[in-house]
Amino acid sequence: MNTGSVATFEQSLAKVDATSTTVDPEGFTDALEAAIETPAVGAPLPFDDVSLADTSVTVDPSRSALQAAACGVTGSPLGIAELGTVAIESTAGGDELVSLYPERHVAVVHASDIEPDLTAAFGWLSDQFAAGRQSFVMATGPSATGDMGALVQGVHGPSTEHVIIIEDNE
Amino acid sequence: MSEPDHTQSTSTGAGTDHNEIRKNTQLFNEQRYDAVAGVENYEDYRTQAREIKEDAIERLPDLIEQTRRAVEANGGSVYVAEDAADATRHIEGLLAEEDAESVVKSKSMTTEEIHLNDALEAADVDVWETDLGEFVIQVAKEEPSHIVGPSLHISREEITELFEAEFDPDERLDSAEKLTEFAREYLGERIEAADVGITGANFVLAESGSIALVTNEGNARKCASIPDTHIAVGGIEKIIPSIEELHPFGELLSRASTGQDITQYLSILTPPVETPAFDFDGADDPTMSEAGADRDFHLVLIDNGRTAMREDEDLRETLYCIRCGACANSCANFQSVGGHEFGGETYTGGIATGWEAGIEGLDVAGEFNDLCTGCSSCVNACPVKIDIPWINTVVRDRRNHDAEPDYGDVLVDGLVPDEEPSGTPLQKRFFGNFETVAKLGSATAPLSNAIAGTSLARKAMDRFVGVDARRDLPTFERTTLVEWARDRTEQVTNPERRVVLYPDVYTNYVQTERGKAAVRVLEALGCSVTVPSVGGSGRAPLSQGMLATARSKAEAAADTLGEYVEDGYDVVVVEPSDYAMFQREYEKLLDESAYHRLADGSYEIFEFVYGLLENGADAGALPGADGAGVAYHSHCQQRTLGVETYTEAVLADLGYDVVTSDAECCGMAGSFGYKSQYYDVSMDVGADLAAQFDPVADERTVVASGTSCIEQLDSLLRAETRHPIQLLDRN
Repeated sequence: MNTGSVATFEQSLAKVDATSTTVDPEGFTDALEAAIETPAVGAPLPFDDVSLADTSVTVDPSRSALQAAACGVTGSPLGIAELGTVAIESTAGGDELVSLYPERHVAVVHASDIEPDLTAAFGWLSDQFAAGRQSFVMATGPSATGDMGALVQGVHGPSTEHVIIIEDNE
Repeated sequence: MSEPDHTQSTSTGAGTDHNEIRKNTQLFNEQRYDAVAGVENYEDYRTQAREIKEDAIERLPDLIEQTRRAVEANGGSVYVAEDAADATRHIEGLLAEEDAESVVKSKSMTTEEIHLNDALEAADVDVWETDLGEFVIQVAKEEPSHIVGPSLHISREEITELFEAEFDPDERLDSAEKLTEFAREYLGERIEAADVGITGANFVLAESGSIALVTNEGNARKCASIPDTHIAVGGIEKIIPSIEELHPFGELLSRASTGQDITQYLSILTPPVETPAFDFDGADDPTMSEAGADRDFHLVLIDNGRTAMREDEDLRETLYCIRCGACANSCANFQSVGGHEFGGETYTGGIATGWEAGIEGLDVAGEFNDLCTGCSSCVNACPVKIDIPWINTVVRDRRNHDAEPDYGDVLVDGLVPDEEPSGTPLQKRFFGNFETVAKLGSATAPLSNAIAGTSLARKAMDRFVGVDARRDLPTFERTTLVEWARDRTEQVTNPERRVVLYPDVYTNYVQTERGKAAVRVLEALGCSVTVPSVGGSGRAPLSQGMLATARSKAEAAADTLGEYVEDGYDVVVVEPSDYAMFQREYEKLLDESAYHRLADGSYEIFEFVYGLLENGADAGALPGADGAGVAYHSHCQQRTLGVETYTEAVLADLGYDVVTSDAECCGMAGSFGYKSQYYDVSMDVGADLAAQFDPVADERTVVASGTSCIEQLDSLLRAETRHPIQLLDRN
């Protein structure tokens, strides 16, 4: 994906009140440590070039660790530039709970996985479905409600969201 | 008779509830406009969504079976419940199998429809609504007032009062943040303790056995992933073929609903999911991989009248509804009264008439159906292009046919020439036969006007036909427009175009001056003008749900006017509601060729004038404006058809400084504002327009395209309102 879509993605994230940092794989660990709040839990990242192994994030957390976590880290197989959306797959590694339970969600996405818009994202989804991967949440910004008389962020889901975009090495 | 007593006026305007409803629905509506404006091919998505729903409903029995096979192959179960009792019985059975004592739910109108909470509570199951709006409603023991925002009629201050009384918290809950935090914690504990999570399903994908959930708060994600048993409840109409067909709805639903480009969470789940299932009540503390994902999933599809709706030619398109609430938000009457009045047992707003008629029956739909005036504001708002006004008209017609005749019918049957059965409410027959009233009133004017204006006559009209005594009655002209035109000599030789000016009932008998102005303006622009004797378009009976009468009027008018079109005439229409009949409703009332002949050959007056000027007619033949100020209110049906811009363009081209109204609706809506029981709603709706125009009425000429808009403005403003064509008339 070209740098234009990364810039668009960053702008869209800002519009939906999510923050972001863009790094190369070498800069990932530092960026992650800067982005998380502790205690942090995580689901295994579905990537070859970066992982949570040497970070302060607890992978495969216990129930009590999940409940106590201030932050959850997941890897997203898809970002949508125009909307500031990241995909969260329902996996045995617990992406759904990790991205949902703690107050802060940090998502990691590769620049090469950013699709321009919802049309392209649905093309991607159709491919995933055909390949048998059929449970995803398209998450856009922190959870929100207007039901209590004014817009409030942080309802049943996270109140803040940060996205780490990994620029691929040329 | 199911007709509401018209001495009982519908309440509006006053109180927190109504302020909240107006504020919130108008905000949703504005945000919808903004969101839609940002999508270049929004109309294409609407077309695709419509086609997908048409196809899915057509193939519904097959899709249900395909869904069953897919869900079962995934390891889940599917049950198609015949009605509400069958559905709740089945769900109670599922809960009993799990020994479930507590259930958490995310927002689902379909579970409201089957009154699931009542049934489960009766079976000693604790039920908690986790969507905060639904939670507020649950605590308040009220019904949802809006499909999307169930508690949007309740202010923050009222929620504070409610929650502090109910939960007696240690700290005050006097802000939206504190309320939200309290609810998050309170419900969070209940979600962890729950044995079963119940969600709705915005869409069901037959091919993969998936469900899609569209939410903002994250509660549906929790309900579907934290308890190890997930029950999804949805109407059978929620099924679409596959993930491929979901895309246009992803583009449309949140934009139409709340004006968001996408909701916070679009969950597309194919349960049972692999997400680890923790036992939050357990003594041990396993990790995710130790906990595993031993999950159960049950899909409960609800028929509850939908199969019959599918077989009903007119109610069928109700099943295309994706529950976005745009028809409510775009409706001026809904903005004024809210969903407790403009709604039935479960559903609210314009589309509720179709849902409630199909699910509950005509009597329930009939309790609120008259609040739809047929203004058509919702038509372009609906993301799946449902003709909501038509559904309301059809249901009104069926109610008329359902009603028992009474003594009044014996009198009226002999007096009016309509095609309606005895039992049709007198008020509807009076307004539906306005053409007869107008004909008689004109023939006997000015005596008829003098008598009708007496207080005794007004009291009688209020009592017997429900014409509110606070309204000014139309003043009938002794000389009709047709008679005036017949006695004129030909003004234009070698005309550029030959025009038939359609003498709609109001222009012919009441507001003849605007008709005369239209004739002179067209002549000034080089057209010859004929005003033939043609009857009403059928708009008046249609709006009263008198379909047979409307159809026979439509056939007669289209016959006469269609012949002129074939002879090379252009049909020009002054009254927007009649022009809209030719363009929209005639498609339903007439055969295809008769409809197209007239629809293609007819023009709204300013659309036509604009066309003449664009094609070389001399604007100098019309009086210049020299920067004079005009305040213009267009007509709802003009806006639906997108022709209001011609009036603005022509007036601007002639040098007027045009201000257009921000308020979309004047509140009169044909006969609606005349009816005693709706006078207050009508004036309440009109308040926004009055607030904008009254302050400028001294320095600007107020003009409006619709007859009823003009009458409403006359009662709202100090200054008099005219039709804009009168500004172009040198006389």
